[in-house]
Amino acid sequence: MALTREQMAMRVARELQDGYYVNLGIGIPTLVANYVPEGMEVMLQSENGLLGMGPFPTEDEIDADMINAGKQTVTAATGASIFSSAESFAMIRGGHVDLTVLGAFEVDTQGNIASWMIPGKLIKGMGGAMDLVAGADNIIVTMTHASKHGESKLLSTCSLPLTGAGCIKKVLTDLAYLEIENGAFILKERAPGVSVEEIVEKTEGELVVPDSVPEMTF
Amino acid sequence: MSGFDKVVNSYEEALAGLEDNMTVIAGGFGLCGIPENLIQQIKVMGTKGLTIVSNNCGVDGFGLGILLEDRQIRKMVSSYVGENALFEQQLLAGELEVELTPQGTLAEKMRAGGAGIPAFYTATGFGTPVAEGKEVREFNGRNYILEESITGDFAIVKGWKADRYGNVIYRDTAQNFNPLAATAGKITIVEVEEIVEPGELEPTQIHTPGIYVNRLIKGTFEKRIEQRTVRQA
Repeated sequence: MALTREQMAMRVARELQDGYYVNLGIGIPTLVANYVPEGMEVMLQSENGLLGMGPFPTEDEIDADMINAGKQTVTAATGASIFSSAESFAMIRGGHVDLTVLGAFEVDTQGNIASWMIPGKLIKGMGGAMDLVAGADNIIVTMTHASKHGESKLLSTCSLPLTGAGCIKKVLTDLAYLEIENGAFILKERAPGVSVEEIVEKTEGELVVPDSVPEMTF
Repeated sequence: MSGFDKVVNSYEEALAGLEDNMTVIAGGFGLCGIPENLIQQIKVMGTKGLTIVSNNCGVDGFGLGILLEDRQIRKMVSSYVGENALFEQQLLAGELEVELTPQGTLAEKMRAGGAGIPAFYTATGFGTPVAEGKEVREFNGRNYILEESITGDFAIVKGWKADRYGNVIYRDTAQNFNPLAATAGKITIVEVEEIVEPGELEPTQIHTPGIYVNRLIKGTFEKRIEQRTVRQA
């Protein structure tokens, strides 16, 4: 069975470490905040200028001046700090954020990522995604392994305009966890009940399959 | 009137001198911390052919979105746009130009512009469509692109509190691009919720020192919320 969105978030959450500053993108990455292990302290960075994002406010706490990068009303966690957009991106571009999790349309074996622009469709913009992928060392991309039409999103060369070049080393799809090394995807783990054959079939870019590929457990 | 008193008493006075085809830098992120009354005044003035530098372009009927109604904007420099139907329509009809700029690069363009730094190298955007036509230089084995800074004829800024000398404090995440925009305008106008006397604000808590501010006005704000998200109490 392919992983659910929640299972993907749970799997990403296993990469968290105590004391990490983390930037979570919109969609599945946002869900990772729900699976921070008990007793572990993680601080969420929101690129509009908040380090230490708390839960959504109650009806009484709503404040138009407190939003996250998705423009949702939020609260500040205990120990949070708030600052300008330049300060926020100094953290991101200066490599101070420990883990960045974001979605994508395509990733390729050179570590390139395409996530913001589909030619012919309305282009809304890259927001902070280009800064995040260029600035972070430790990035996990979350996406489905193949499109609804079965076309692989793990390619030898991205077909869409890039968000960043040579910056991705870890990819979690609904079928597998892979790392990118020396111009190939390395299959590290597979979703429960998903065969290596299925992953091979749905991976267009070069894929290295080690002798043993453990199943994820939840 | 003291030489440092920046207070003006009307929005007409606040935006005096704004002319067609000028560049205006605006603070705000989404609808949070936007200079909503200054934007409204630009609509009233009917100034046309504007280049607006702002992370976003408001929504239909609010924020910078209202300047689209009478086609006052010629070009937007933004990281994320298109939350409004009118924007999409004018873009597809070729009536509106958009220069999409990575959010951190946009912030740094304002910061550097205000600090007298004409351009800077950044890794952001290398190898992407953003890098087209830009100089690439290698530092320590990594490629960077040269990005030019931005200054504006005017900067419009939303603060929380200010003293009459134009020392400004922002509130919560309504800070965002505002202090950067404030440094990058030839004429910087700040609208705030409260104006106090010099000496009432703690000097160490000032976000934007008055040296950057030319005109200051007190307004009342709707503060519309774009994505109202709550949890159960």
